[in-house]
Amino acid sequence: MLDFMSLLRESASTFARDIDHLIAWVAILGGFWWLIAEGVLVWLIVKFRHKEGVRAQYITGEKKEEMKWIHWPHNLILLCDVAIIIMAINVWYNVKQKLPPADDTIRVIGQQWSWRFVHSGKDGILGTPDDVETVEDLHVQVGKTYHFKLETTDVLHNFSVPVFRLKQDSIPGRVITGWFKPTMTGTFDIQCAEMCGIGHGIMMGRIHVQTPEEYDQWLSTQQKVAQSH
Amino acid sequence: MSFWQKYVFSVDHKVIGMQYLLTGILMGVIGAYMSYVFRMQLAFPGKEVPFFGLVTAAEYNALITNHGSIMIFWFAMPVLIAAFGNFLIPLMIGADDMVFPRINRLSYQIFLLSAVILIVSFFVPGGGFGGAWTAYPPLSAKAEYNLTPWGSSLWLLAVALEFVAFLLGGINFITTLMNSRAKGMKYLDIPIVLWMIVIASILFMASVGPLIAGAIMLLFDQLIGTGFFDPSRGGDPVLWQHLFWFFGHPEVYVVLLPAMGIVAEVMTTFSRKKLFAYKTVLFTTIATGVLSFFVWAHHQFIAGIDPRMANIFTVTTVLISIPIAEMLFVYIATLYGGSIRFTTAMLFALAFLATFLIGGVTGIFLGASGADIYFHDTYFVIAHFHYTFVPIAVIAVFAGIYYWFPKMFGRFMNETLGKIHFWGTFLPFNTIFLPLFFTGAAGDHRRIFTYANFPQLATPGLQDLRIIATVSVVILICFQFLFFWNFFYSMFRGAKAGKNPWNANTLEWVAPSPPPHGNFDVFPEVYRGPYEFSVPGRAQDFWPQNEKA
Ligand code: HEM
Ligand SMILES: [Cu+2]
Ligand SMILES: [Cu+2]
Repeated sequence: MLDFMSLLRESASTFARDIDHLIAWVAILGGFWWLIAEGVLVWLIVKFRHKEGVRAQYITGEKKEEMKWIHWPHNLILLCDVAIIIMAINVWYNVKQKLPPADDTIRVIGQQWSWRFVHSGKDGILGTPDDVETVEDLHVQVGKTYHFKLETTDVLHNFSVPVFRLKQDSIPGRVITGWFKPTMTGTFDIQCAEMCGIGHGIMMGRIHVQTPEEYDQWLSTQQKVAQSH
Repeated sequence: MSFWQKYVFSVDHKVIGMQYLLTGILMGVIGAYMSYVFRMQLAFPGKEVPFFGLVTAAEYNALITNHGSIMIFWFAMPVLIAAFGNFLIPLMIGADDMVFPRINRLSYQIFLLSAVILIVSFFVPGGGFGGAWTAYPPLSAKAEYNLTPWGSSLWLLAVALEFVAFLLGGINFITTLMNSRAKGMKYLDIPIVLWMIVIASILFMASVGPLIAGAIMLLFDQLIGTGFFDPSRGGDPVLWQHLFWFFGHPEVYVVLLPAMGIVAEVMTTFSRKKLFAYKTVLFTTIATGVLSFFVWAHHQFIAGIDPRMANIFTVTTVLISIPIAEMLFVYIATLYGGSIRFTTAMLFALAFLATFLIGGVTGIFLGASGADIYFHDTYFVIAHFHYTFVPIAVIAVFAGIYYWFPKMFGRFMNETLGKIHFWGTFLPFNTIFLPLFFTGAAGDHRRIFTYANFPQLATPGLQDLRIIATVSVVILICFQFLFFWNFFYSMFRGAKAGKNPWNANTLEWVAPSPPPHGNFDVFPEVYRGPYEFSVPGRAQDFWPQNEKA
């Protein structure tokens, strides 16, 4: 199962693992039925190909004992479906519905065609004069829980961080709150995942997941820039 | 009769069906050409594409948008519903024509107009519309955002007209099936393909209303500055998404059902079997149709709707796999005990089952809300829905064309060329879209015209997969020339076919090949269901519906 997961991008947030496991279960249950169905199909095609002098059988599929070949798989699939639904809703609840308390909050603003990020700065509070604003580069600390406040100034965009398994549309006129908690340091892609016009394909960003020391160091260079103005 | 009366302004359902078929295929060719161009850009970014040139970002968006729109609205729908529906309904119920032949002709003319407007929209100032076939506002609503004022409005106008055309067509299909059936043909004697086409028409008519309203609202937003979808004027962009997908999801079943119907006719004839559990097929079709109205918001899990709604729509979406799986199992079971002959039509019908199964299973990943957070708008989605749409609109359509060609033109298509064409379609189709599941799982987002800006995606491993997909597109397209040659050559020079070359049971095979205006010399009477193959105790292994006991 873990080998199978290497098909996906590396997972770098707390809920990425949950989503990956859900995907693996769907692959196992769906794959099982898929293999059976394709196997039976191929078997029937080979076994019942036309042979000289052999006539087809007259089967209506309306008798009870004939229909049981359909009903049994059907009931078992229903069971698998119920299992998938429960797992899916469970993951969904943890990622999108439940909002764990935040260590820090960032603002993410989409606009044609770049991302603006507002970090809370030294005091850890958004909306104060020491906030740090960047374009295209978002800096966060590993192991901290973040709330993001997602906005847009024009059309729909989508804040997508594949390594976090995070994706959320932004909508003009609304502020959408979500969360993530990075588990792995490094620099990763941010993509816009909603068609937003001519520049959609180049609307990129990077998220830098840093240790607290690296983050503080980055923050201090930001302030120097601010002061030198 | 002059050429114009006979072929252009005809009210004969077969001519109108043929007009829809040829126009649809022509549009499909344009749509395929577009996919070739943007796939080349993805495999070899920034290089000149042969037969196109350099692809700009704006052109790329216009290409994918119009590819999607054309394939669904101007290829799949006209061919599957309008062409097969028009050709088959009167013939298979033993009638001389549709109930309203003139409305039928009007429907095609409006459709043709919509196609012309769409094509014109590529060449207006600013270029074609590039806001994706889903046309989400505010991007689609304001020229200052999409930068294609003319392209957007013409695109929208074309889509609206196309809907009107299909509304008119649907009226005919439903009334004709209800009223013009041959003497003795009870509801359960109707070939399943006709049920499917008519249920699809009902689904279409029941779902398209809100979208027509939405399209007019969007047109107002574009042209006279209203704010239905603009939050700064009290509108809501997400409203459009509900209207669009309330139509858009049933739309999948609108094209799926006729395809399943075609496959049923071909499979029963070439395995000499009665359709397994006809009634079950019929009732699950209706159940699927009804259920398809309750799944639309799975396209909007992460679109900012109330997150609690995702739970309800996860349940309905995953549960729709039950009737669909049931239908596929019934089809597979039909083969049991058969005597299968691998004509080209049958190969395509079997390939439909094999590939559509992949489309169906991968849909569960997207219906399971938690997993969709990752897969939404990636190439996994692209691969998934092409594994449903290509079997529907390409593979099943080929099955239908090879099967009914002798009836349409009184001649056979060449089987050897047909089989080469089959393998040249089936194999590359899989090598186009299987790799895209993997690029999608690795995080490739769709509608991105170059991955050069995303370091994690611009890796050679992923690029190789993209190149495999693109080369396969070129191969697949090359093999289609064989089909066109076979089609047009056989139309005039193919081996002559009699009335009932495949020894099938349904009424269209009672009419002469090709049937004249009015269809039948003597109107048939019906004595039994459509699939009485291999009935014990009979010398022949088929038993036409109109043969007296
Ligand atoms: C020749 C075979 C085809 C190829 C190679 C192909 C390829 C593609 C690709 C790669 C995309 C994604 C473009 C992007 O997001 O950047 C796409 C989009 C799409 N395709 Fe196809 N396709 C084919 C046939 C079809 C058919 C038969 C249908 C439907 C009947 C279809 C319907 C769509 C739709 C609805 C979209 C979405 C467009 C959008 O994002 O606005 N395609 N196609
Ligand atoms: Cu964007
Ligand atoms: Cu975008």
